Amino acid sequence: MAEAKSLEEVRSRYERWAEKVEGALSKRPERKEAFVNASGIPIKRVYSILDTQDADYLEEIGFPGEYPFTRGVQPTMYRGRFWTMRQYAGFATAEESNKRYKFLLSQGQTGLSVAFDLPTQIGYDSDDEMAVGEVGKVGVAIDSLKDMEILFDGIPLDKVSTSMTINAPAAILLAMYIVVAENQGVPSEQLRGTIQNDILKEYSSRGTFIFPPKPSMRIITDIFSYCSEKVPQWNTISISGYHIREAGSTAVQEIAFTLANGIAYVKAAVDAGLEVDTFAPRLSFFFNAHSDFLEEVAKYRAARRLWAEIMKERFQAKNPRSMMIRFHTQTAGCTLTAQQPKNNIVRVAFQALSAVLGGTQSLHTNSMDEAYCLPSEEAVRIALRTQQVIAHETGVTDTVDPLAGSYYLEALTSEIYRRADEYIRKIDEMGGAAEAIEKGFVQREIQDSAYQYQREIESGERVVVGVNRFEMEEEEPMDLLRVDPAVRVSQIEKLKGVREHRDEGAVKSALADLERAATGDDNIMPHILTAVRAYATLGEICGVLRGVFGEYQQINTLG
Amino acid sequence: MATEKKIRVLAAKPGLDGHDRGIKVVASALMDAGMEVIYTGLRQSPAQIVESAIQEDVDVIAMSILSGAHDYLFPRVLELLKEKGVDDVLVLGGGIIPQEDIPALKEAGIAEVFGPGTTTAEIISFIRENVRR
Repeated sequence: MAEAKSLEEVRSRYERWAEKVEGALSKRPERKEAFVNASGIPIKRVYSILDTQDADYLEEIGFPGEYPFTRGVQPTMYRGRFWTMRQYAGFATAEESNKRYKFLLSQGQTGLSVAFDLPTQIGYDSDDEMAVGEVGKVGVAIDSLKDMEILFDGIPLDKVSTSMTINAPAAILLAMYIVVAENQGVPSEQLRGTIQNDILKEYSSRGTFIFPPKPSMRIITDIFSYCSEKVPQWNTISISGYHIREAGSTAVQEIAFTLANGIAYVKAAVDAGLEVDTFAPRLSFFFNAHSDFLEEVAKYRAARRLWAEIMKERFQAKNPRSMMIRFHTQTAGCTLTAQQPKNNIVRVAFQALSAVLGGTQSLHTNSMDEAYCLPSEEAVRIALRTQQVIAHETGVTDTVDPLAGSYYLEALTSEIYRRADEYIRKIDEMGGAAEAIEKGFVQREIQDSAYQYQREIESGERVVVGVNRFEMEEEEPMDLLRVDPAVRVSQIEKLKGVREHRDEGAVKSALADLERAATGDDNIMPHILTAVRAYATLGEICGVLRGVFGEYQQINTLG
Repeated sequence: MATEKKIRVLAAKPGLDGHDRGIKVVASALMDAGMEVIYTGLRQSPAQIVESAIQEDVDVIAMSILSGAHDYLFPRVLELLKEKGVDDVLVLGGGIIPQEDIPALKEAGIAEVFGPGTTTAEIISFIRENVRR
């Protein structure tokens, strides 16, 4: 066969070339003894057809919009339409956040992304003792439907898609959103958006858990089931590698642990009696765009292929939509430097480009000032403009998956796929993701990688421009965006007003119904909706669920 | 000659913040540097931190906050230490702490604040040079 003969010729030429280069290394040494990326993958001097010859093109790569979706989930990708440009934002109060959302929409942003403060994420009202010092700090404080009405005031919920970074109390915030829409005259069937609702990574990486794993998985399957009927366009979960990576994992670990979590959710829902193709098309994912440009592009491609195979082979999904990883991407917050912050604009641009070349469905670009505070309006605008430059000026959007066929990229995609698959098998052997987390395996893997990364920076082996090389004397800017500590006071006032004006009897009976549903096996979503409509507060609703489900106690994985 | 007593450190996460990458990296580095480290885990109230510090008889409390709640939580820990009559523990802060907040935190008794880009080597040598007992 001519092809085999030519491959033989390539191989013998390669061997001669390699020998020649090796021989010259003593005179012209390379920068490092060995090139190994952060995932521990050795990087060769050069890649050629010899590295990709074994790949079965149709089986492993294929065409965009077709199984195994390595090249993208839609056939035309950005030739059809660009990704959703979605900047994560939420400031102190619902009033302020509402203003920021209207500003972002006026600047050409195409979807909203709500950041909640920590008390909201952990199910405490603003007047709770646990909330002191935290109200409105990292996002908007939502205590009741009242705050949600203000948050989306004047924003037509049939026109925007809204992503909410909310996990343990996701059912409650989704219920509030549904009721706000109802009051705008928008039926829940028309709502588009996402709740993060990914509790497993909270235990391992992000920390805003409330309930133990078992009841948490039950709440999640209740949401899947409710939404498949009543909110069919809603992404019921955003299975997130982002925070796993931020916590210090490698790219391989990011997709391995994320997909392992995904497997646990699908399994829980199937075990609860749901038919896989009724809910799987609404699963969405969320990845990090870190600094190793080509590794990131390869990572997204490997994740798509791996998930497609998992859904088809392990769960016998029939609907191709169940096999597609649709994902949001955010550039890596942990790579932002407080030193020479304007350099962050450049970092973010490269990271964002990797997400686009990796076929993301939506994107958040970080602002340059986020290593020391919440972003200023100017910084957010530059971050959004970065996406617009990529979309409209670089030309990378004119053809689908333009880097496919690069020997290095394809070899790296296969290698990341292989290593992530290996991790998933290991987690399977432990009994699944929830068990691997309860054993501390996932946490230890992540913290070991984080420590390794830090040691590489301190030894100078890993260069961070402006931090351990090319440093200069500078002063940190002083006009930072601050959260007014009076926010807690005003929020507590508002909450008092809500409690005074609501029908106490309706609240009590709704909460009692919810408690019964949670204790039994009724879907809790309709009961949460009733409680929310009666202006029961987030803290009250979570309080009932805490009473029934208990609270998760973190395990110590240090030492 | 008696071997020198190991420096005991309480690594703590006050408040609701879940970012524990930094504190875990610092804790690992302190352990590798020969210190004894007790890690509190997430969501500790100032009262819990002070209680652990007394119970564990630590020389250092190293706290990390990335949620912006340092302005309330760090000084609160120092207040409670004072109430309990503890004045010989070195208290350190780290995380996303704006430069302009540092003078007030130092005023409240935080010995040093370590921001993004700090090396673990800097923290180790600061502890060795400043530990009070």
